[in-house]
Amino acid sequence: MDTALLINLAYIVSAILFVLGLKRLGSPATARSGNLMSATGMLIAVVVTLMEQAKLPWEYIITGMVLGGLIGASAARLVQMTSMPEMVALFNGFGGAASLLVGWTALYPAPGASGLLATVQGISTFTAITIVLSILIGGVTLTGSLIAYGKLSEKMSSAAIQFTGQQVVNAAIVLGILASAVMLVQNPGFDSPWFYAVLGLSLLFGIMVVIPIGGADMPVVIALLNSYSGLAACAAGFVLNNNLLIVSGSLVGASGIILTNIMCKAMNRSLSNVLFSGFGAAKKSTTKVEGEPKPITAEDAYYILEAAQRVCIVPGYGMAVAQAQHVVKELMDNLEANGCEVSFAIHPVAGRMPGHMNVLLAEANVPYDQLIEMDDINPQMSNMDVAIVIGANDVVNPAANEDEGSPLYGMPVINVNEARTVFVLKRSMKAGYAGVDNPLFVGENTRMLFGDAKESISTVVGEFSD
Amino acid sequence: MDAIYLTFILVLAIFLGFELISKVPATLHTPLMSGSNAISGITLVGAIVSAQSGSDQMALYLGTAAVTLATINVVGGYLVTDRMLGMFKKKD
Repeated sequence: MDTALLINLAYIVSAILFVLGLKRLGSPATARSGNLMSATGMLIAVVVTLMEQAKLPWEYIITGMVLGGLIGASAARLVQMTSMPEMVALFNGFGGAASLLVGWTALYPAPGASGLLATVQGISTFTAITIVLSILIGGVTLTGSLIAYGKLSEKMSSAAIQFTGQQVVNAAIVLGILASAVMLVQNPGFDSPWFYAVLGLSLLFGIMVVIPIGGADMPVVIALLNSYSGLAACAAGFVLNNNLLIVSGSLVGASGIILTNIMCKAMNRSLSNVLFSGFGAAKKSTTKVEGEPKPITAEDAYYILEAAQRVCIVPGYGMAVAQAQHVVKELMDNLEANGCEVSFAIHPVAGRMPGHMNVLLAEANVPYDQLIEMDDINPQMSNMDVAIVIGANDVVNPAANEDEGSPLYGMPVINVNEARTVFVLKRSMKAGYAGVDNPLFVGENTRMLFGDAKESISTVVGEFSD
Repeated sequence: MDAIYLTFILVLAIFLGFELISKVPATLHTPLMSGSNAISGITLVGAIVSAQSGSDQMALYLGTAAVTLATINVVGGYLVTDRMLGMFKKKD
């Protein structure tokens, strides 16, 4: 059979498997088999390409695949669920880098052609544009993801880095990229100084777009970079005239955009607001929170929980930091054994990436049907005997509903203050990531359980077993 | 013509992507991200054909680096997604 035809038929099968795989991600019950389908699609695409079309010499391909396979497999096996955001950020960066390199390689003349002929005839204007896009998107994704990785893993400060004239510098970089891109497209080649300008400025731009974004906004940034890594694959597909790259890249690009959108909505902010202003820079709270927090001991908390019929647990990133998900599950088991109904309320931006809390709780064996989304749990909140807030702050701040002067005003939150009693597990009275005071802590029905979340819950669990 | 044909595919695939992804529940958003990471490793297919023997030595090195990075995405992405999805259990 014709090689090109065979490859394209195989690519159609791969594309179908990717689509079906994503479709099966529609429910946790079918998701795992969906992932397997998607992986099978990838295997078919790679094997057929290797058999029919491999151009890179075998020793190079094998070196790359063995090395990449070992790194990928060990990373996947060793990563802690708490560290998933960093790992996804890093992988986004690798995807971007791969597309950048494919674009870069395409600037080299094919063997046989030489001199002027190679550079002038080898690359059409359309291809040259797509090469530039592939380098640009890939470069921004690479360095942007590395900065996101640094911030998420706390290898660098997660605070927003801002300086005067930042917008001017960014505008200058964009203009620089545009100008060098135009020059490179007119005369493409790996030895063109304009190529180095596009490459260098793209890498610089990736750093510049992520440094002004603060830690609490990271879920938006990794979702956006996820989308870019897909678009970079798309661009590489245009460079190589490969429609499987375009289809897969678009699927990933669409996924990232949708997640970005969901995260922005959950914070009641526009994308441009997230990207161009550090949180809290624009507005300071106008109302002062007054009143004294009422502390409670773990022992007293136990007596209230023992009498409770319905308990709702609201986890935040603090739960992940304290590694408290396993003792939380123990608490849940004890409560249920006591005849109490337990649910978990998950805010869309709880944690450092979309869906982060769900994975952490799944790891601790909490059944996924007990994890309730914000919009579904809020109407039931007034029926809850106790709401336990573990390491969450801004996502349960009632000021978002009531106080028009609050920077959080308008953001959808979990209305824990409507529950009969609220326990807040917290290290101290420090404000949340957004630096906004939380009136919940001084609420009439709120009791503060100060200390390390893991220890506090362990003590309560201990009381249950006695 | 190639440009139009490829753009045609791009536009349709983006619409398909929006339809598919908007049906993924919030509880699976992390596996969705790591799984789509793995799919973006499809650049591996491009990396394999990016340079050939006789090309500039530098192009061969760049191509190999692309193969390595894309393989990390593919292998790491699918394995970690599988590991995560294996943890999701229904109440029994």
